[in-house]
Amino acid sequence: MNDRFNLYRFAAPAVFYPLAGRLVPWFAGLAAIFGLAGLALGMLVAPTDFQQGEGYRIIFIHVPASWMSMFIYLVMAFWAAIGLAFNTRLSGMMAQALAPTGALMAFLSLWTGALWGKPMWGAWWVWDARLTSELILLFLYIGYLALTAAIDDPRRADKAGGLLLLVGVVNVPIIYFSVKWWNTLHQGASVSLTRSPSMASVMLWGMLLMALCFWMYTIAVALLRVRTILLERERHTDWVKAELTGETR
Amino acid sequence: MIHWQSFADFLAMGGYAGYVWGSFGATALIMIVEPILVARNRRNTISFLKRQLRAEARAESGAISGNTTV
Repeated sequence: MNDRFNLYRFAAPAVFYPLAGRLVPWFAGLAAIFGLAGLALGMLVAPTDFQQGEGYRIIFIHVPASWMSMFIYLVMAFWAAIGLAFNTRLSGMMAQALAPTGALMAFLSLWTGALWGKPMWGAWWVWDARLTSELILLFLYIGYLALTAAIDDPRRADKAGGLLLLVGVVNVPIIYFSVKWWNTLHQGASVSLTRSPSMASVMLWGMLLMALCFWMYTIAVALLRVRTILLERERHTDWVKAELTGETR
Repeated sequence: MIHWQSFADFLAMGGYAGYVWGSFGATALIMIVEPILVARNRRNTISFLKRQLRAEARAESGAISGNTTV
């Protein structure tokens, strides 16, 4: 019984590696399909916003990037909790594989927000609760990446990084509810932009399709990245040696 | 169905061209460059690990042949 449990645990990365490899093209394909559909709806079909003119179209990447920046952090914190509670190897690698994409999503959220804020508010940046807490999220991602990169032993790096992720997770509800808790310049409801329901639904569908695109993109990139991390960390195992010699053929 | 009158109309984005295309351009750039960097890192890691594996194999066979000749 004990033997079988151990075998299962040691086999898991060897099983997950080829599975991840098979899944990458599917998620990349889904990202392309959702992205093209979302861009067609959002950039070609969706009408002008009655308040913000054509400038509102930034929403089709601003909202998906912001959602993903928060969602990726939650997923990383979930993996950190699993890793700290059950001492599983793969969970730390999953968090590590997601972090750069999460940081890029947080950056894109701030970048597109600045480009949206300038024409609508007259300022690239304000120290508003929503913007500031999103900036802190970017710093948390960068802090996690720097901390784990500074620790040589990957298992210890996972533990330290995992603690940082779990402490920092308090920031995610602060970002999400900031527009309700404080008087912010940032608009509240982002979904219903117009009163006309037919217009809102085209915009909403465009935005949801783009969010699905960003989600599938994140999974594809993270799976590709975790495969490399698996090879690096498991390099002394037989399955990695077999994998490496098999690819030279 | 299509909202725009012409391609120029589409590019102009009702006067918000810099802001809209600055947002979409940065996103497109990141979503093209990130997978390329991840794939390149993967190729580099694989070739590094292969070199390491071959060096280990050489060191082992060298040790064995060294033992048999001496």
